[in-house]
Amino acid sequence: MSFWRNSSRYAWAGGALAGVLFLGLGAAQGQFDVIWRKAVMICLECIGIG
Amino acid sequence: MKKFRLTAQLLYTIVTNGYLYGFLSGKIYKGNLKYACVPGLNCYSCPGAVAACPIGALQALLNQKGFQVPFAALGFFFLFGSVLGRFVCGWLCPFGLVQDLLYKIPLFKKRKRLPFHRVLKYGKYAVLILLVCVGSMFLFGGFAKVPAFCKYLCPSGTLLGALPLLGANEALRSQAGGLFLWKLGILLAVILLSIKVFRPFCQYLCPLGAIYGWFNRFSLVQLHWDRERCVGCGACEKACPAALSLQEISRSPECIRCGKCAEACPKDCLRFTARPGFKSTESQSS
Repeated sequence: MSFWRNSSRYAWAGGALAGVLFLGLGAAQGQFDVIWRKAVMICLECIGIG
Repeated sequence: MKKFRLTAQLLYTIVTNGYLYGFLSGKIYKGNLKYACVPGLNCYSCPGAVAACPIGALQALLNQKGFQVPFAALGFFFLFGSVLGRFVCGWLCPFGLVQDLLYKIPLFKKRKRLPFHRVLKYGKYAVLILLVCVGSMFLFGGFAKVPAFCKYLCPSGTLLGALPLLGANEALRSQAGGLFLWKLGILLAVILLSIKVFRPFCQYLCPLGAIYGWFNRFSLVQLHWDRERCVGCGACEKACPAALSLQEISRSPECIRCGKCAEACPKDCLRFTARPGFKSTESQSS
């Protein structure tokens, strides 16, 4: 029982680890380049022109 | 705590939108920091923005040809959400700060919630699913997919991105048309509503709040309720701007961890904790 109680208490750490894992997977797939390319060009849709 | 939170919000907004040259030139920052996302809703087309918007990043990944799981955006959501939850909304988000300041304007009789709140609060999940996810995958403008949330709804993009850019860049200003007017209308509606209702965009429309709300239950940062010291005076529930009950404070997806409940408590039995293994409000009350 204490395992499950503790596991719920430390769920945030599991979530954070999953976040790091996802960031690694995203980096491996070149997704950060996609984000960067979008973020360094003026987003015409965001400003209501595109 | 009120001044501390306002200072944190202002500092965060200034730091994450600190590219002053952009405001003067009508251009945006193009450096390497834009590989990363900030935790709050912050348009990457804001001339001062030094990093990417997480919702914009998610849409950019969903806008690609073919489907790819948007791991990079999910990574930021899981990381920020697991550690902070909706603390991001209460203490960091620039558009949250704007709504907080508008709510302080002594006009209209103030309301914590809109009528039909029980239904309307699910609006943010509808926006997340229909506009951010489905819209970005299936809505086309010409031959390219469009970031539907940014294009048709996001008032933060209009306020922090469009208005400063159009103000400083004449070439862009000449292209603004019907879509810009639509978005300006939404921004004005949100501004007016924010003077009367506490953070209407956060409560009813923000897809980022919908995501972080899911992490509220188990995030590292929580509001700890010391049940033994509590005298049940109800001061916390009265002070809560989102009208949450004591059992809902901190763990409800609607709680933005603004800390007004802790500030109002005469016995100091509500306080922020950031330690593993804490006893939360719900686990103590059960």
